[in-house]
Amino acid sequence: MTATVIPTPGAESYGPEPEPRVGFFTDTSVCIGCKACEVACKEWNDVPEEIEGFTGSSYDNSVALGANRWRHVAFIEQRVEVGGVSDSAPDSFVAEAARQQLVDQGLEPHSGDDGFRWLMSSDVCKHCSEAACLDVCPTGAIFRTEYETVVVQEDVCNGCGYCVVACPFGVLDQRRDDGRVWKCTLCYDRLRDDMEPACAQACPTDSIQFGPLDELRERADRRLERLHERGHGEARLYGRDTGDGVGGFGAFFLLLDEPEAYGLPPDPVATTRKLKRNWAAAGIGAVALAAGIAGSFLGERG
Amino acid sequence: MARSIPLIEQLRGDPSGRGRAARSARSASLEPRTARADRVVKSICPYCAVGCGQRVFVEDERVTQIEGDPDSPISRGRLCPKGAASKQLVNTPTRLRKVLYRRPYAGEWEELDLDRAMEMIADRVIAAREQTWEGEDSEGRKLNRTLGIASLGGATLDNEENYLIKKLFTALGAIQIENQARI
Amino acid sequence: MAECHPVGFQWVMEAKERGAKVIHVDPRFTRTSAMADLHVPLRAGSDIAFLGGIVNYILEHGREFREYVAAYTNAGAVIDERFADTEDLDGLFSGWDPERGSYDLASWQYEGMTPFSAAGRRDGAQLGESAERGQLEGGDPPHFDATLEHPRCVFQLLRKHYRRYTPEMVERICGVPAATLIEVAETLCESSGRERTGAFVYSVGWTQHTVGVQYIRTAAIIQLLLGNIGRPGGGIMALRGHASIQGSTDIPTLFDLLPGYLPMPRADAHQSHSDYVADNSAATGFWGNMEAYYVSLIKAWFGEHAGPDDDWCFDYLPKLTGNHSTYPTVLGMREGKVKGMFCLGENPAVGSANSRLHRLAMAELDWLVVRDFQEIESAAFWHDSPEIENGELRTEDIATEVFLMPAAAHTEKDGSFTNTQRLLQWHHKAVEPEDDRRSELWFMYHLGLRIREKLRGSRKRRDRPIRHLTWDYETDGPHDEPRAEAVLAEINGARADGAPLSSYTELEADGSTACGCWIYCGCRAEGRNQAARRRPGSEQSWVAPEWGWAWPANRRLLYNLASADPDGRPWSERKRYVWWDAEREGWTGEDEPDFVAGREPGYEPPEGAKAEDALRGDEPFIMQADGRAWLFAPAGLTDGPLPTHYEPHESPFTNPLYAQQANPARELYDAPDNDYNPTAGEPGSDAFPYVMTTYRLTEHHTAGAMSRTLGHLAELQPEMFCEVSPQLAAERGLEHGGWATIVSSRTAIEARVMVTDRIKPLRVDGRVAHQVGLPYHWGSRGISTGDAANDLFSLALDPNVHIQEVKAASCDILAGRRPRGPELQRFVARHRERGRETGR
Repeated sequence: MTATVIPTPGAESYGPEPEPRVGFFTDTSVCIGCKACEVACKEWNDVPEEIEGFTGSSYDNSVALGANRWRHVAFIEQRVEVGGVSDSAPDSFVAEAARQQLVDQGLEPHSGDDGFRWLMSSDVCKHCSEAACLDVCPTGAIFRTEYETVVVQEDVCNGCGYCVVACPFGVLDQRRDDGRVWKCTLCYDRLRDDMEPACAQACPTDSIQFGPLDELRERADRRLERLHERGHGEARLYGRDTGDGVGGFGAFFLLLDEPEAYGLPPDPVATTRKLKRNWAAAGIGAVALAAGIAGSFLGERG
Repeated sequence: MARSIPLIEQLRGDPSGRGRAARSARSASLEPRTARADRVVKSICPYCAVGCGQRVFVEDERVTQIEGDPDSPISRGRLCPKGAASKQLVNTPTRLRKVLYRRPYAGEWEELDLDRAMEMIADRVIAAREQTWEGEDSEGRKLNRTLGIASLGGATLDNEENYLIKKLFTALGAIQIENQARI
Repeated sequence: MAECHPVGFQWVMEAKERGAKVIHVDPRFTRTSAMADLHVPLRAGSDIAFLGGIVNYILEHGREFREYVAAYTNAGAVIDERFADTEDLDGLFSGWDPERGSYDLASWQYEGMTPFSAAGRRDGAQLGESAERGQLEGGDPPHFDATLEHPRCVFQLLRKHYRRYTPEMVERICGVPAATLIEVAETLCESSGRERTGAFVYSVGWTQHTVGVQYIRTAAIIQLLLGNIGRPGGGIMALRGHASIQGSTDIPTLFDLLPGYLPMPRADAHQSHSDYVADNSAATGFWGNMEAYYVSLIKAWFGEHAGPDDDWCFDYLPKLTGNHSTYPTVLGMREGKVKGMFCLGENPAVGSANSRLHRLAMAELDWLVVRDFQEIESAAFWHDSPEIENGELRTEDIATEVFLMPAAAHTEKDGSFTNTQRLLQWHHKAVEPEDDRRSELWFMYHLGLRIREKLRGSRKRRDRPIRHLTWDYETDGPHDEPRAEAVLAEINGARADGAPLSSYTELEADGSTACGCWIYCGCRAEGRNQAARRRPGSEQSWVAPEWGWAWPANRRLLYNLASADPDGRPWSERKRYVWWDAEREGWTGEDEPDFVAGREPGYEPPEGAKAEDALRGDEPFIMQADGRAWLFAPAGLTDGPLPTHYEPHESPFTNPLYAQQANPARELYDAPDNDYNPTAGEPGSDAFPYVMTTYRLTEHHTAGAMSRTLGHLAELQPEMFCEVSPQLAAERGLEHGGWATIVSSRTAIEARVMVTDRIKPLRVDGRVAHQVGLPYHWGSRGISTGDAANDLFSLALDPNVHIQEVKAASCDILAGRRPRGPELQRFVARHRERGRETGR
């Protein structure tokens, strides 16, 4: 029996009793933005540093996920209208302030944090149920593991870059010096030894939770309910819904604002979805053809 | 190494070719490097004073991984970014290996034998102490000390190290022994 | 806390999930603020006014935990009739001597007690009065008024002292709206009492002020009034920033202490063993056993050479004549008095106040030994520093010999760290250090062996302490590393026959026991390394008493008898922790009782009882001579028995409460390169119209040696920056992402500009107060670099503990990068002068 009802192509290849599908539930409501996940990931996976310099983007100096960044913590400074609806920071703080100073001839002593909040969120590869990267990979470098995660194999990838454009999240990225694509493996090697992925192991506040996806989804549902009860109506799950454009994420999130506020696409769709439907219509022949391509690439590298 | 035959594998149970068939031999046999560790040593994070537990994995007398110790009732296996960088802290190639010495007025470092450095430092401590010894003050009160030698540091060190620092310097009569706790 | 101690913060997050309210009071909005229920920005340097406002709220509304206050604090003690408060003397307490610049503490004493003998103690004021001893001089026991109504009792003095710290005054001084102060105070009151407790957490944001000790004292007053000391979920927790900074205070690499908070002897008062013991022992409380602790230390250090016949080697110890702390030492270096210096895992060229002065002073040393992992700024000052860049120093003119020695890492040595909760935790060596890398244990031991060898034949008296020092530790491994556990065994202590001691109560004053640090006695009880205990947290109670070892006597919560009422019953079932079990006739509970074993709550000391036997069975504060927690400190502090709001030494604002602007007892140094900014009310203060404060970031570690050098951390905060509000940016034309120059009378530094709503302008005393936030991690070395914020600050110190004021000072900020070369100091001089010419 598979762990979920959503088909994750490739998962069935591990036989009738595969490992349960595992993933991450990243609860940003308890993220303190410490970046332990970024560092723990790099230490475990030997990911090289990539110094971008001072970006001025709040405390985010690592910019985005990429070949050299498999966890990335976003920092969003927001002015919030009363009632909790967000209004992202204006383009120019200085212009805004100058205007306010003219209007106010000074300033009001402010009380508490009214009107301001600082959101933090640790982003990661979503390990999509329908992973476009996996679909387009012509070499078989990307595969669905027995844990139903999506992994790029460094010994197979030839750096063709098809997956880079296919990913609806912009996660896949080629490393400059070797051309190959690198991304979160959900610590595939650690899973083999029943170890948690390094980021989840380090996370001080359990913002990053690792486990069987079914359990994580239940936990997330309870957490969302709790936050809603406490008046955090803005809380929402992102990637929890198996009916979305990628069949649900293997690594999903609880957010406190629209996904766009965190730089995430609001309605991601697997870029291969349409293509796949066509293939499905063509039947087994198409599958055999795709497999043939994969086989030939592997042959070249092997 | 001969690869498994993907096409045949696929036809056997991976029709999409996205699962087991695509798994390379390397991937199939992958294990965490911690599984190869010769030993796992219990430690404590060297950064702040929360005192998080660490597990240090050693393979071939090299530290191959440092991560949180789930047994610790303080940290429960978690680490902050600094604690999580501990492996890089101890293994970074920029870490000093050799004693460096700068002569008076010189513009460059030079390497110095450790034994020689220890001998030179011992001589300088004794000389500075002789040069600046205060037996008693102008009112005849016993001082038995030197203000010619100062030491700063200890907050990043072990209790046993602080103990020897305080003990030796006090016996030498040096009193300007301080550390970050003052700062 | 989330910012600097993220892993500790998991417990705050858990408490919050369970309904705890989290309030964060900080000038900047941090990662902690983001998680807090309420963030209260206030003007840096105004916390005593803020906390005093809470004290006033509690007292004015009768919200104190009355039974606790009456039973366990000195609220009822009647104070000497000569005492005069700052309310009477416009910001000074009685006893101020303007000539000496210090207080005579006599009038602060309990009525009937012999006044603190200031005679012959001219160094005392400079040294602080060792408050940790909780000492009272002789005379009649204090007169207590249990009704707390006596006009000169502490409780009434407290009311009077804080009466003007109203919410409106707090708003005026701190920039915190009166309503917010009330909300904070009310939340604290609601979270205290029999059924609930509240906790305070602080760090160097409180200590690094000219009134730092008094900041913490104010929090102590609040917590005592609310009954939050010695109880689970209560307390005041100092979160410390270095792995063993608590340990380096307990086993002090500090000038004024010997291990276990025994004071260093002073030339003016201690010329013999008996002088020293008489002066430092208390008649009552555990300090009554001070001689046993001290003699055991001397036996540990000098072994067979120490005995009553040679005055317990008293002449072997060097004597203090004043303040020999780090900053006067730097001035001594500058003047050529200090010949050589050791930097052992510390980076003063970045981390100390007026770090520029520190670098200039290092250039005057004959020799310098730096032991670290990397070539830090303190090792590189002679070829890579702002002074070399500016031409103030020239490499070829610097005579200093520098030895840069690679240090072993925590994975390369055995040893114990003492964490911020007094918990000793052992780290085991994982690998041998490579090449010349060595531990400090190795370095000190082998340095000592060499010095002893060279002085072996000396006949000089001064060399006797070295020759007679016990310095024979077992070694092992390829480098002859002394065994850390052998040193721990000496710290723990043993009887003459070598049997390990198990508790400080076993220590004797007759030389039959040796113990290197009495408060650590028991850390190797039964010859077992208790610090190395690692029973998993999941397999023991929430107190986890079998993980590591806490001093003293593995007690995890100090003064924990206060968790029970005077009859020994828990204040409430919900908050029970340690209580008297009448059937078993003993104290029991979750923790080791912090008390005399088996002593019943109804115990009355017999006539002539001494030390701990002189404390009643319902007096939990066993280190205090009167067994009570001090709301009012009749001794031990140099700058007042009650915390009082003073402005920082450098402030753009005048003190609205008193004519006395700043702490009168603060320590200042009239020295080259330590010019002070004019403060509010002085000519030229307009040149420094803003408040600056320093702080840390999650991604870096203090002065940066262990973080700026690592790519994985450097990339996360790659450059020095400053944080300013949009309003200040508009006022000064600062561009987000651009550069700013921050200037004080010492120097000017540059930083990238972060314009952020997280720094809010405040309305203080009718004006807008802008604050400039400066992370202080940076220097010129490593991967992530930038100017050092501490270059901007002066030597202005707390008079009790000699800690520098780097959490609040005045500055100016301008758009653009700072001048280079000789122009830099000319620019700073011009800025100073401009203020004087045009200022009010």
